[in-house]
Amino acid sequence: MIDLAPIDQALLDGAHGEASARAMAILMRYGQAADATRFVSIQSAHIDGCLYHGPSSIDFVRRFVDLGGRVRVPTTLNVAAVDVTHPEWHCGPAELIPAQSELTDLHEQLGCIATLTCAPYQRMLRPALGEHIAWAESNAIVFANSVLGARTDRYGDFADLCAALTGRVPMVGLHCDENRRAQIVVDMPTLDASSIARDLYFAVAGYVLGLRAPGQVPFLRGLPLDSSEDELKALGAAGASSGALALFHVEGVTPEAGKQAIDDLPVLSVTPDDLTTAIASLCPVGVGEEVAAICLGTPHYSIREFRTLNAALVDRRPAPGVAMFVSTSREIAAMVDADPAFAPLRDFGANIVVDACTYVAPIVRRADGAILTTSAKYAHYGPGNIKRRIGLMTLERCLRSAELGTVAP
Amino acid sequence: MIGRALTAGNANGTVLKLDVPLSFWGGVDLHSGAIIDQSHPRRGAAIAGRVLVMPHARGSSSSSSALMELARAGIAPVAIVMQRHDPILVIGSLVAAELYGIEIPIVLLGEADWDTLREDEIITIAVSGDEAVLGSA
Repeated sequence: MIDLAPIDQALLDGAHGEASARAMAILMRYGQAADATRFVSIQSAHIDGCLYHGPSSIDFVRRFVDLGGRVRVPTTLNVAAVDVTHPEWHCGPAELIPAQSELTDLHEQLGCIATLTCAPYQRMLRPALGEHIAWAESNAIVFANSVLGARTDRYGDFADLCAALTGRVPMVGLHCDENRRAQIVVDMPTLDASSIARDLYFAVAGYVLGLRAPGQVPFLRGLPLDSSEDELKALGAAGASSGALALFHVEGVTPEAGKQAIDDLPVLSVTPDDLTTAIASLCPVGVGEEVAAICLGTPHYSIREFRTLNAALVDRRPAPGVAMFVSTSREIAAMVDADPAFAPLRDFGANIVVDACTYVAPIVRRADGAILTTSAKYAHYGPGNIKRRIGLMTLERCLRSAELGTVAP
Repeated sequence: MIGRALTAGNANGTVLKLDVPLSFWGGVDLHSGAIIDQSHPRRGAAIAGRVLVMPHARGSSSSSSALMELARAGIAPVAIVMQRHDPILVIGSLVAAELYGIEIPIVLLGEADWDTLREDEIITIAVSGDEAVLGSA
């Protein structure tokens, strides 16, 4: 039984409009399936359903627009299926552009902010420790929970919009203290012991974490104490892809790690071999193989990652036929575009993709050759999504390969 | 066999049993209903019209959209049987019923009962309230 607060009953009764009433009715059944006993208010929502999957995407949102719906909390949008600002890059079906534009527009009619980024935590305003939110997009969920200490369950498409239209979610899952406790200790090899370059280390550590402790809340030991937000972002995105990772604690690093009781937890030890085996599985391309493109920014590149890339690109040029795509938000793309310090990035010919991501949006024009990336999430989903050969490797090896035109040793 | 029904509906179909969990989004072709996850041992198998049995769900928050688009296209599984609750597939099932009237019951079984389900077995699922009765067809 769900104990309804006055606001919940008012929403159900249509006091806040028919759209919110329908959304609340769906959330009631959703909460019952999860054994909720009450609802809790959220401070923000992040919507994943704005990525066009087919006519059903539009059918769902249009229902609420037709009912005069309006979101009740600040609500941002996740990535779309296509970068509508660069139609000339779009290699997919032509009808995808108007369909996506319609879907984005319908969300804006509900009051959503068209941020169109999978990394809403890179915006100026972001959730605080302990704040309840309803975020969708698996990498954003794991980042908000783990790195910010905000509280979101794993919201899928539709649940996110229902939460936004009501400002309420069932008090279950990762909203609750008891479900945020570590369930398993995972000893990662230290960076030195792993002999893996630092950027690849976090991606593959997250990937193995998801594979070995799927669906669990792990307490990680062995990670560098100066692990950066970008590195934790890569780790979380990889673990969410391989094993539904939604919250992790890192000893000495993340905000809720200090209050974990770990003495009686099972311990899983990951070996350097486990990491190198996982890298091999995500990098089926061979040295000397033709390269079509370098794709970065899965999840969306931060301004710090752009600076690192920019510094690495000084005085370098890609071989003919090799393209570079870097996905990010419109906000961060505008910062890069406005800053003369990014001349090396521009001189290299890097294409900045906004609104979308190159592992979803058909942008890489050249049909032959491998795509190289630093993202384990890209390497995991890319082969199925865009039917390409994908190689996971360090940024430096990606850039050497771009210069050579073939996969570098 | 009695399971916990997370969403409503009745189903009748052939079991497709996956020992490795599947992400609907990125793991299933939305035009054909075939498993396309390159790393999945059952890559190429069709989930359309099957009773999909897997230990738990995996991956992306778009899996609810993927399930609903499969439902709209008439190539969704007729039911999903797992050992663990998955809110993302639950919302996909709820909205498919809300928008299109297509019911895809999502059922939880204990591990021992789940283990007894066999690939290619034809089963029926009848949901009443939060109880699901699973039987041989």
